[in-house]
Amino acid sequence: MTIRMASKRRAAALVATGASLALILSACADTDDGGGGGGEETAGPYQIDCAPYEEFGDLDGTTVTVYTTIVDPEGETQQASYEPFEECTGVEVEYEASREMEAQLPVRVQAGNPPDIAILPQPGLLQTLVRQYDAVLPAPEQVEANVDEGWAPEWKEYGTVDGTFYAAPLGSNVKSYVWYSPSMFEEAGYEIPETWDDMMALTQEIADSGAIPWCAGVESGDATGWPGTDFIEDVVLRSAGPEVYDQWYTHEIPFNDPQIVEAWDQAGEILKNPDYVNGGLGGVDSIATAPWTDAGYPILEGSCWMHRAANFYQTQWPEGTEVAPDGDVYAFYLPAETTDERPTLVAGEFIGAFTDRPEVQAFQTYLSSADWANAKAAATPAGGWVSANNGLDQELLATDFDRLSAEILADPATVARFDASDLMPSEVGAGTFWAGITEWFASDLSSQEVTDDIEASWPED
Amino acid sequence: MDWFLNAGDDPVHKFLLMIIAIALFVVVMALILFVVDRRRNPSKWFVAGGFVGPALLLLAAGLLYPAVGTFVNSFQNRNGSAFVGLDNYIRAFSEPAFLLVLGNTALWVLVAPALATFIGLVYAVVVDHSRFEKFAKALVFLPMAISMVGAGIIWKFVYEYKPDQPGIEQTGLLNQLIVWLGGTPVQFLLERPANTFLLMVVLIWIQTGFAMTLLSASIRAIPTDIVEAARLDGLSGFGMFWRITIPSIRPALVVVLTTIAMTTLKAFDIVRTMTAGRYGTSVVANEFYEQSFRQNSAGMGAALAVLLFIIVIPVIIYNVRQMRLAEEVR
Repeated sequence: MTIRMASKRRAAALVATGASLALILSACADTDDGGGGGGEETAGPYQIDCAPYEEFGDLDGTTVTVYTTIVDPEGETQQASYEPFEECTGVEVEYEASREMEAQLPVRVQAGNPPDIAILPQPGLLQTLVRQYDAVLPAPEQVEANVDEGWAPEWKEYGTVDGTFYAAPLGSNVKSYVWYSPSMFEEAGYEIPETWDDMMALTQEIADSGAIPWCAGVESGDATGWPGTDFIEDVVLRSAGPEVYDQWYTHEIPFNDPQIVEAWDQAGEILKNPDYVNGGLGGVDSIATAPWTDAGYPILEGSCWMHRAANFYQTQWPEGTEVAPDGDVYAFYLPAETTDERPTLVAGEFIGAFTDRPEVQAFQTYLSSADWANAKAAATPAGGWVSANNGLDQELLATDFDRLSAEILADPATVARFDASDLMPSEVGAGTFWAGITEWFASDLSSQEVTDDIEASWPED
Repeated sequence: MDWFLNAGDDPVHKFLLMIIAIALFVVVMALILFVVDRRRNPSKWFVAGGFVGPALLLLAAGLLYPAVGTFVNSFQNRNGSAFVGLDNYIRAFSEPAFLLVLGNTALWVLVAPALATFIGLVYAVVVDHSRFEKFAKALVFLPMAISMVGAGIIWKFVYEYKPDQPGIEQTGLLNQLIVWLGGTPVQFLLERPANTFLLMVVLIWIQTGFAMTLLSASIRAIPTDIVEAARLDGLSGFGMFWRITIPSIRPALVVVLTTIAMTTLKAFDIVRTMTAGRYGTSVVANEFYEQSFRQNSAGMGAALAVLLFIIVIPVIIYNVRQMRLAEEVR
C-alpha cells in the first residue's frame, strides 16, 4: 500500500467519523415540532378577554415551549386553542408532541433540559416528577384562583402532591361508557339498561338469542392492559363504593382486599364468561391480544352488542361512522347498582410547569381558565373533547355525545373518581396492574391469584 | 448559542449545523495530528497518545462513565436517592416475574444462535456449487436487510389471529394455512411456552443469512489439498462434512455463534414490537427498559442492565479469543 493511499484512506475515515458524529448531533436538534399550523378549518379564534394577562407585563416576542403526548389530529385543535392567548400577548407557543413523551420527559428533566410546560396525561407522572426529581414548580396564585373557581375540589386534589398544588387540570375524560348500536338495539327491542342487574339481564338475553353480547380488547403496545384496568376500576366504584375505592388506590387497604377481589370476580362474570365474550374477536383469551383501538369495531359488523370504553373512543371509530343517538354507534352510561347513584370513572391531563418566567405563568393561567376551555371547544369542530371546568359553555361543544359527557361531569349527582391506575405508584399502576389483568385474560388466572401478585409488587416506601 | 442548539424545521439550517460539526471535528483531529507530526523524535507514547487519545477520551465519556454510573445505580433505590445494597439483585433472582424473564433470556441465548448457525451451515453446504447458488444465497440473505422492528411487525401479521366465527376472515398467514387445512385458528402469541420460540423464529430468520454468508466463505477457504487428500482416503458425503468441513471452519463457527448470541441478548426490538413482553415472553433487554422508563424504577432497571452485561462478558471473551485464533490460523 502506498503512502498516498494510506493518507487518502485516513482522510476518508476522518470524514466518515465526522459525518456520523454530525448525524448524532443533528438528530439531537431534530424535534418533531408540529409547526405553527392548525386551526385553518376553524372560523377564526374564539374571542377572549385579554385583561388577566396584563399583570404579567409586556410579553410580546417571548416563547413558551410545550411538551405533550397529544399528537395530530388532536394536536392541531390543541394548538388552535392557544391562538387567542397568542393574539392577546404576542407570546409564541412552541408545541412539541411525541407518543414517547411519558418516557422522555423524566429523561429531559434529569438532563436539565425540561420544556417550560408539559401536559401530563396522568397524576402518577406528576407525582414521580415531584417526588423523584423535584422538578415541577408549584402553580402560581392566578392558576390556583382559576382552578378554585372552575373545578371541583377533587380535581384540584389530583394536581396536588404532598399538600402543594402544582398542576391545573386541562381536559377531562369520562370513562364509564358502554358503546352500542342504536339501530341494533331498536330492531331487537332492547332497552338501555338503567342498573347493573338490568345490564346483566340484557347480557343474558342477548346470549340466549345465540349472539355474543360483549367485545373487549386490552392490547396497547407497551401499555397493554390499561383498558382492562378501567373496567375493574368501574366495577370497584360500583360494587364497593367510592370510599373503598379511595382506600384502595392509596393502599390503605391491600390490593387483594376481599372487596376488591369480589369486584374482579364481578367483572369476570362478563369478561371471563365464554358465552358473553368476545364477540367478533375470539374467546376470553383474545381480550389480551385484541388491540383496544379496534375492539369495538365488531359492533359495526353486528357481531358484538356492547363495548365498554371511554368517551375518547369516539375518535377511534372508522372514518364515516356516525356517532349519534340515532347514528351507527352511541354510548350509554355504564349503569350502577341503583339509579340513584352515579359513580363515574374519569381521567384527564394536567399542566406542569418547569420554569417560572412571566410568559410561562401567563400561559399557565390561560390554560387553567374557562376561556381556554371555551376556546378549545370552539377549536374542536369535529368533537371528541370535554372538560369538567364548570365555566365551559356546553353550547360550544361540537357533538351531542360531547354534551352528554359534559352533562355527566357537571351533574351534582355524579360521584367522579379518577382512574386509579393513574394514581397508584407506577410499579403497580403502569406495571403489575396492567400486566396482571393481561395475564388474568391470557392464562386464565383467578382473581385471587392476580390480586395477590399485584399486592406483592406494591412498593414499600 | 441558541442558533447552534436548535435548528427547528429549517433544512438549510440543519445542513449548515451538520457541516459545521463535521468541520469542527476535522479541524480538531487535524490539529492533534499536526502537533504530533511536528515534534521531532517524538517518544512512542506521545505518538500513540496522539492517535489513541481522542478515541479513548470519547470512549471514557460516552461508555465508561455511564457504565460505572449504571453499576452504582443498580445498588440504589428507584430514584437513586439511597443505597439499598443487593436488594435489586435479590429481587431479580427471587420474584417469579423476574425469574421468568431470566429463564426466557437463557432460552433465547441457547436456542436462537444454535439454530440460526445450524440452518445457515447446512444451507451453505447444500447450495455450495449448486446451479442456483447465487439466487439461493440472496434469498436467505435478504432478511438481513430488514430491521428487527420491521421484521417483528411482519411476523406479527404472520401470526395474527382472528376468531373461528361465522363471517370472519383470517388475516394471519399461518392461521389461514391452518384453516385451509381444516384446522381451527390458534392464538400463536398466547400459547406458552411456544410463543417464546415463535419470537425466536424471527431472529433466526434474520440471522441465518449472516451465518450462511460467513460460513460459506470459510468453507470456500478450506485448502483443496486437504479435501483431495480426504477424498483419496475414501471420505465422502457426511463423513467429509463431519471430519473435514466442520473442523476446518471451527473458528468461524464459534465466531458466528457468539456474534449471534450477542445479538440475541439485545433482542429487545422483536419482543417489544410483537408482545411488549406480555404473555410471558419478556427478556432482560425488554424488562430493563420497562423498569427504567415505564415504571421509573431506575435502580431495578440498572440492576437488570448490569446482569445483561455480566451474561454477555463470557460470550465476548470467547468470541474475541476465537477471532484471534482464526487470525493465527490464517
